[in-house]
Amino acid sequence: MNASNTDFVLAVENLTVSFDGFKAVDDLNLYVDEGEIRVIIGPNGAGKTTVLDLICGRTRSTQGSIRFRNRELTKMTESDIVKSGVGRKFQTPSVYTELTVYENLEISYPKGRNVFGSLFFRRDETIVRKCEEVAEMILLKDQLYDSAGLLSHGQKQWLEIGMLLIQDPELLMLDEPVAGMSVTERHETAKLLRRISENRSVIVIEHDMQFVAEIADKVTVLHQGKILTEGPIDTVKNDPKVVEVYLGH
Amino acid sequence: MKSSGFWGSLFSRHDTLSFVVLALILLVVLPLSLDIFRLSLMGKYMTYAFVALGLALCWGYGGVLSLGQGVFFGLGGYMLAMFLKLESSDPESTAIQTTPGIPDFMDWNQITELPWFWEPFYSFPFTLAAVLVVPTAFAYLIGVAMFKRRVSGVYFAIITQAIAAILTILIIGQQGYTGGVNGITDLRTLLGWNIRSDFARYVFYFVCVGLLLLCIVISQFVSRSKLGRILVAMRGAEDRVRFSGYDVANFKTFVFCLGAAFSAIGGAMFTLQVGFMSPSFIGIVPSIEMVIFCAVGGRLSIYGSVYGALLVSWARTAFSESFPELWLFAMGALFIAVVLAFPDGLAGLYNQYGRRHVERQLDKWLLTLKSSTRTASVKGVAHERQ
Ligand SMILES: Nc1ncnc2c1ncn2[C@@H]1O[C@H](COP(=O)(O)OP(=O)(O)OP(=O)(O)O)[C@@H](O)[C@H]1O
Ligand SMILES: [Mg+2]
Repeated sequence: MNASNTDFVLAVENLTVSFDGFKAVDDLNLYVDEGEIRVIIGPNGAGKTTVLDLICGRTRSTQGSIRFRNRELTKMTESDIVKSGVGRKFQTPSVYTELTVYENLEISYPKGRNVFGSLFFRRDETIVRKCEEVAEMILLKDQLYDSAGLLSHGQKQWLEIGMLLIQDPELLMLDEPVAGMSVTERHETAKLLRRISENRSVIVIEHDMQFVAEIADKVTVLHQGKILTEGPIDTVKNDPKVVEVYLGH
Repeated sequence: MKSSGFWGSLFSRHDTLSFVVLALILLVVLPLSLDIFRLSLMGKYMTYAFVALGLALCWGYGGVLSLGQGVFFGLGGYMLAMFLKLESSDPESTAIQTTPGIPDFMDWNQITELPWFWEPFYSFPFTLAAVLVVPTAFAYLIGVAMFKRRVSGVYFAIITQAIAAILTILIIGQQGYTGGVNGITDLRTLLGWNIRSDFARYVFYFVCVGLLLLCIVISQFVSRSKLGRILVAMRGAEDRVRFSGYDVANFKTFVFCLGAAFSAIGGAMFTLQVGFMSPSFIGIVPSIEMVIFCAVGGRLSIYGSVYGALLVSWARTAFSESFPELWLFAMGALFIAVVLAFPDGLAGLYNQYGRRHVERQLDKWLLTLKSSTRTASVKGVAHERQ
């Protein structure tokens, strides 16, 4: 594929994946700008998670291209995609419950990522400070040496976001980051996202429309693997097609 | 977290206690309380502890269950057995054979020339290297082939089991080259030194303890490194590790190879202490027994797995002396009981009930130790002032 270079951070073109003939993502085009927070909404099974799976290499596309800073991702290994600057949070918070919050962050720190590098990895001042700094951002400073298994659902979500932040990705993809959070926690998360999007692009999948309104620069509505509509939140919210398939119920 | 130098970075206070207690039992208590026959038996059980230790890292830490560790134990054992067999097959002592100078079982199988792959085993340094390298390289091949293809969990376990079965069949089938079902027997000397004398048995026992303690130190190093934490992380959330930029397959391969290398050392020590090696230590049953040793001791615990291997093997001998036909059932029952009731094995029970008291006692000792050295130094200062 010889697509032309763009100024977009992420350019997804004609992306299709079919699982035994069922097209979970169908000829999708998606462009994300520098510093943008893009929210993807849509009914259950619309293919939102699958789009993130395709971008980070967890699922391989049947067709189409995904270019991140004009580098084609569809043929790269998962770890190379991560190293090129794409971070991804899973729909169910995925943290290492048997390790402490500090250790969770330290493992995510991009150093000593191969076998022998990790075997002879030495903790140093920079890493400790970086972990503390991120812990403060995600409001887990007081839990730094607690086991991550003891955190609440919402705190686990934060920790996973923190684990991505410490890698300093240029594109951050968050799958339902405020699920299981209280209203105050949602506000805190919105503030956090605003802050971290200052120097990176963020893709968020979310169902909570209030939260979406709080953070979105632009909203993409996905339905049956296709884009239903795309635009600012107010336009999207009042689009009759969107109301019919998603917001109506 | 304060650490006192190299040791402190490898061993927590409680690890130090566990290590010292185990070392005292193996180096002092057992040699003083057992006759050489029983001690040698302990030495044999200890060779299984190498395998169990490897499984603690591989299965306990990394979540990679192998039901084929007998393969590596056996390969390690066979490598050394080949060397010892060649040494015992010099032309004088094999003069009555059709072809003197080759191992007896080859002669019985109408083989008239030493096969090419036996030749290097005339060299002791080569053999020592082969003991470690051959099983580890084999594990590496299996690891790369399986883990890169994302084969894991039950499927991986079944494949390792199949490999154990295949290797056993191969060795039994190729009688002329391997000694067949009897294995490689009648080993007498090591570099001209009678390996059956009581003195040799003492020496081998202590060498075995030394190697086991060394493997424990290595395990401590691995488990307390970032790699150890990555293994634990992988066991719970493999995708999170993968999408944090790690190549998960490489970490699984590493820990699988380490387990194989430990098992191989155990196998070689087995050959040395028991005086033979046969396919009956490679197949499915011994491989599963090794897993049971580790499970009973506690798969999450370095020390637990060692005690598991020693205790269950000892129980097997004691039990099968009186009720030989019941042992397999007892073993099965033991495994089911452990899995259902004590998933973390003996170590789990200890952590739950014993550890608190031990830690408290340790605190007390350290405190009295500290205060007595402090009063001593205060007295010293007072002296100087006078
Ligand atoms: N690996 C797979 N194999 C087969 N079908 C799949 C696979 N992954 C996803 N699907 C199907 O693709 C469709 C889209 O799933 P996806 O998880 O992307 O939806 P979603 O928009 O994230 O929904 P939700 O809001 O419930 O999280 C679903 O019908 C799902 O069953
Ligand atoms: Mg989803």
